[in-house]
Order: sequence, then structure tokens, then C-alpha cells
Amino acid sequence: MAGSWGRAPDLGYLRGHALARFEGTSSFVATDDLKVAVNAAVSLQRPLLIKGEPGTGKTVLAQEVARALGKDLISWHVKSTTKAQQGLYEYDAVSRLRDSQLGDARVHDIGNYIIHGKLWDAFEAQNAPVLLIDEIDKADIEFPNDLLLELDRMEFFVYETRQTIKAKQRPVIIITSNNEKELPDAFLRRCFFHYIKFPDRETMERIVEVHYPGMKQLLLREALTAFYELRELPGLKKRPSTSEFLDWLKLLMAEDIGPELLREKSTGKLIPPLHGALLKNEQDVHLFERLAFIHRRGG
Amino acid sequence: MFIGFFLALRAAGVKPSLREYLTLQEAMQAGLGDYDIDTFYYLARATLVKEERFIDKFDRVFAESFKGILQPKPEALNGVEATPLPEEWLRLQAEKLLTDAEKAEIEALGGFEKLMETLAKRLEEQKARHEGGSKWIGTAGTSPFGANGYNPEGVRIGQQTGRNRAAVKIWDQRAFRNLAADVEIGTRNMKLALRRLRRFAREGAAEALDLADTIGSTARNAGFLDLKMVPERHNAVKLLLLLDIGGSMDDHIALSEQLFTAAKGEFKHLVHLYFHNCPYDTLWTDARFRSADAVPTYDVLHKYDPSWKLIFIGDAAMSPYELIQPGGGISSWNTESGQDWLRRLVTAFPKSVWINPVPEKHWNYTQSTKIIRDMFGNRMYGLTLEGLDAAMHRLMH
Repeated sequence: MAGSWGRAPDLGYLRGHALARFEGTSSFVATDDLKVAVNAAVSLQRPLLIKGEPGTGKTVLAQEVARALGKDLISWHVKSTTKAQQGLYEYDAVSRLRDSQLGDARVHDIGNYIIHGKLWDAFEAQNAPVLLIDEIDKADIEFPNDLLLELDRMEFFVYETRQTIKAKQRPVIIITSNNEKELPDAFLRRCFFHYIKFPDRETMERIVEVHYPGMKQLLLREALTAFYELRELPGLKKRPSTSEFLDWLKLLMAEDIGPELLREKSTGKLIPPLHGALLKNEQDVHLFERLAFIHRRGG
Repeated sequence: MFIGFFLALRAAGVKPSLREYLTLQEAMQAGLGDYDIDTFYYLARATLVKEERFIDKFDRVFAESFKGILQPKPEALNGVEATPLPEEWLRLQAEKLLTDAEKAEIEALGGFEKLMETLAKRLEEQKARHEGGSKWIGTAGTSPFGANGYNPEGVRIGQQTGRNRAAVKIWDQRAFRNLAADVEIGTRNMKLALRRLRRFAREGAAEALDLADTIGSTARNAGFLDLKMVPERHNAVKLLLLLDIGGSMDDHIALSEQLFTAAKGEFKHLVHLYFHNCPYDTLWTDARFRSADAVPTYDVLHKYDPSWKLIFIGDAAMSPYELIQPGGGISSWNTESGQDWLRRLVTAFPKSVWINPVPEKHWNYTQSTKIIRDMFGNRMYGLTLEGLDAAMHRLMH
């Protein structure tokens, strides 16, 4: 079976399309599976859906892909009130009404009142940009369905001006989701999917190296141990994420806290210093304090 | 190509569509597979799996489908002999990572040598093994290597020696097992499942501007402004939660608590009451079961109309007498049997389900569970993501 992979690839539709490959950047550590998913989405020109725990770098990924491929980034941040139509265009009827009352000449051309959305911008751009549709699950449940055709064919029709907007070059589309709503099957089928796993210790070390090059190894090791211990604690309402860990490290370095202080916590004082950067919830802090109390009494 | 793999995935319930299969073909033709099995695995995963809860199933099917091709070369197969375990290094790791108590535990298991022997044996089995995974080195699940608190990284010998790499595959690490749909779940996942119960309705005071109606009405009024208001949309689902507390439920408290927290965050109309093992003539608003917190069950039956949805959470495990015999209750004398009270509740609230934190495979071994399940017309569901999903689906239809 392995031999049949070697069939000459028929890349007719890709000819002339520069196959830039994403390999991570100097400021972003990409795991192998992430690279494969990004490259598949880029070369087959399909949207890439990214999920993962909050704070694992879903949004940052789009910025880094844009940087690595030398493309512009267009971000569309979705909110609960966002409508799919707003990504295409909006017809500003109120301005037109006002202009008509004032006798403005612009009123005769309806095109003056069509406001371009992010998708329009992305389709019209000279060089195919990276389009980030951030937190798609925040919007109404029908939102992804309303964009199916537009993302598939990369074109849409403007009723007011009777024109069809077609992508000059298909943009790289990256969609992030926090899992607040389930996405429709039809939508999922058109995407590549990647779930950002919480980084293991090794990957985390590489991530830290990228953010704070040359950090003291001893401090880093103690901090990592304290951090993963904290994450493993059963009953935490919100487990601290990568971004919170990085913030905490920054604080540790700014306050010049030594590794011995971190180690001290594993023997008696259970709460790591400056824990406010890691625990964002008073129940969690409380749980931690209670454990520390029991720990001290027991030991 | 890969038709067999595709069909196996569908059979396992991952359900990729033909479209995704063709996308994979396209990607392979575009050279994205790279003739490298790891890359192919990543590519297939990104193409065929669209929800993280299916990744674990995918991993298992992948291992099964490609095991023939992936058999390491004969000389590499004898990995244990060919590359003896870097014992020095492991020892060093152990010194560094293990507490004294854990070291003592290793001694109890027969000491380091014994442990290494077992490890070698495991490596041997690993080559023959095709399913299960409870002993697998590296998953750190139930293997003594994991249980003893070894850094799982440490036991993943392959990376250190470089030559045994073929022994532990990425997909065999089952790194996504926690996300699988049929395992227990956290508050967030529960909230997601509970969201199935949303039914938005416009109720209460008209406060929001209805733009479409305002425009239509203004046009009909020949341009004279006519504002129209509508009430805001709210989740109109009303939920009555009955929780079993104490006794055999102690093992499941954490899980029930999570479900309760999730429900509290999701529903505006939520009433929760407690009972012990089986509801009789009294329910309690507080888990301490004091008389001041007691609510007669008849009051509950009369106060809430049938549009309320009733969810029982309990293990349904009790002595059958508590269920079928008047006076069988464990906390107080009941003149009517628990079965009667349950039937009353189920009849009063046609939309009702029983959610059971005990894994489904054990239900048939407890008589009381079977009786309750029959009473609920099979509307008993496990406290897993799949179970909760099915339960919520049932409540809505």
C-alpha cells in the first residue's frame, strides 16, 4: 500500500501556486501535527479549524502563519451578535436616508452605502492574505452555515449592486473555536481540523525558550514542576494555561524570585509565590490554601 | 486507497464523509503525506476527524488498520535485546524524580532489577499486543511504571535511545483519551451538553426594539414613526433536579457536584432538591436533611406543572425493599413504597430522565437499578458526555 503513495501527484490546479511551507517561527513553537495541518490547509486552500484549551495560542497561530508565509493578516473577531452577512458587506440604509433628506448627490449611487466586510477585504486583496475568523462559536448557531457557500466557492453576490465578488486568490482561512457551541457537520466537513493539545513539558520548555531566551535553567525547572503540579490538582475550576504560565514566569523574573523559594513550596508552603497570575478564581485559591493548611498540619 | 481504513473509521463511529475521504486523497496527491507514516497520521487526523472527542477512536482504528505495514524490521523488532535499556539513565531519572516513599514502593515491587525485568517483558508484549492498552508503557495509565509516579516521559524509552522509536507510536500513546466522548466529563463539557436543553422564548415585558416590525409599521403609516417592542429572548426551559446524596452516592459526589454547578450556570429556572437513595413523601432543599429544610413531595407535585423537566441524579443502587416495600426506607417510616412515589413523580412530569453516575455496564447487576430503569421506560442514562447528550435529547422531544 505504501508504494501506491508514490503515484505522480496531479497538481494541475495548484500549478503556479507557490507552496510556501509553515515550519513554525522564531516566536512560535509549532508541533509536528500542527505543521502538517497548517500546510494541508494552505496547499489545498481549505479553511483550518483550530480548537484547544483557552490560552494555548489559537489566535496567535494565525498571526504567526501570516508572518511565516509573508502574508497580511485580516482578523474578524466574532461576537454573540455578529451576523454572517457582516463579514461580506452591509448596506448602510440609515446614512442613505439621511443623505437623501439633505439632498446629497452621493445618494444616487447605492454603491456608496455598501460597507465592505472582512471577507470582502480578504477576497479583493492583491496578495492572498491570511483571514482569521476568531471564536466562531461565540456567534449564533446558524452563523457557520451562513458562510458555507462563501468559504467553499470563495465568492458571494451583492444584491444591492448586482455584482459578484470573487476571490482574486483564495486566502488562507484560519478559524478558532472555544467549543461553546457545536459546529454544524456540513461546515466541519469543509475544514481541516486541529486540536491544540496542552503542551507537554518538553514543548513547554521550547515555548519558554522562544519567549524568554536564556532564562535561568534552575528557575525554569522549578517553575515548570510547580506549574504542572498545580495543573494536576484535582478539583481546580480553571486550570492555568500556557499564556498564564508565561505571565507568571515574567513576574517571577521581574520580582527576582529564586528557584529556592519555589522549591520551598513543595516542602511546606504549598502556594507558589505570585500565584495570582496562575489562579484566576477565588474558589481555586481557596482550595489551594486549604490544601496548604492540611499539608502543613500533616507534615 | 485506504478504503478499508475509511470503512473501519465509519464502523467505529468516527463517521468521516466521502468528501473528507476525497480531501485526504487530494492531499496525498499534493504530496502532503510525505511518505512518512507520522506525517500521514497527522494528515489523516486533520482531514478525517473534526471533533476532539473522536480523536481517541481514530487513534485506535489507525493502529488497528496499519499495524501490518508498521511492523518494524526484524532487527529492530528485537528492540529489547538490540538496545538494552539505558539503565544508568533510568536510575538517574528515578533518583531525581522519585520521593523516598515511591522508592520504597519500588522496593516492595521487587526492587529496581525486577522492575526492569517487567519493563522488558512489557516491551516484548508490546509487539504482539493490538488492543487494550491498559499495560502500555508510556500511557502511564494503569501500568506500574505510571502508577509509581515515574515521569511518563522517562518510560518513553524510544526517544532516549532513538532506535526503539517504532515501538511506541504517536497514535498508541492515546494522548486524546481524556477528550473521548464516553469517558467522564468536566463542568465545561457538561455545560455544553446541557445547552441542548435550550429553548428560547420571548416572555415578560416588551423591552427590545423590534426593528423589522417598526419599519413595516412605519411604512404602513406613510412614514409616521411607529415603534414596536418585543420581550427579550430567554431560555425558557424549567428544570427540576432531584439529587441522591449520601451512602453509595459518596463515590460520585464530585461528578454530581460538577453536573449541578454546570446546570446552575445554564438555567434560570432551576429547582434542586435532595433525597436519600429513593424519594418518598419528603424531599429536602439542603443535603443535611434537617427537618427545617423538608419539603413534602406532594407540594412539589402540585407546585410545578408538567412543563418542568425532571432530572434524577442517583446511582439507583439500594436494597430492593427500599423500593417496593412500604416501610422499607432507610431514614424514616414510609407508608407507601418508593416505587409508588417514583411512579407519581414520573407521571406528573412526563419529561423526566434518570442520570446514573455508575458506568452502564454495571447496571444489570443491581436489581433496584433494573426496576427503576424499567419504571423510567429505559430513560436512564450514564453520566458521560454521550449519556448526557442522549438524555437532553430525550428531554427535548
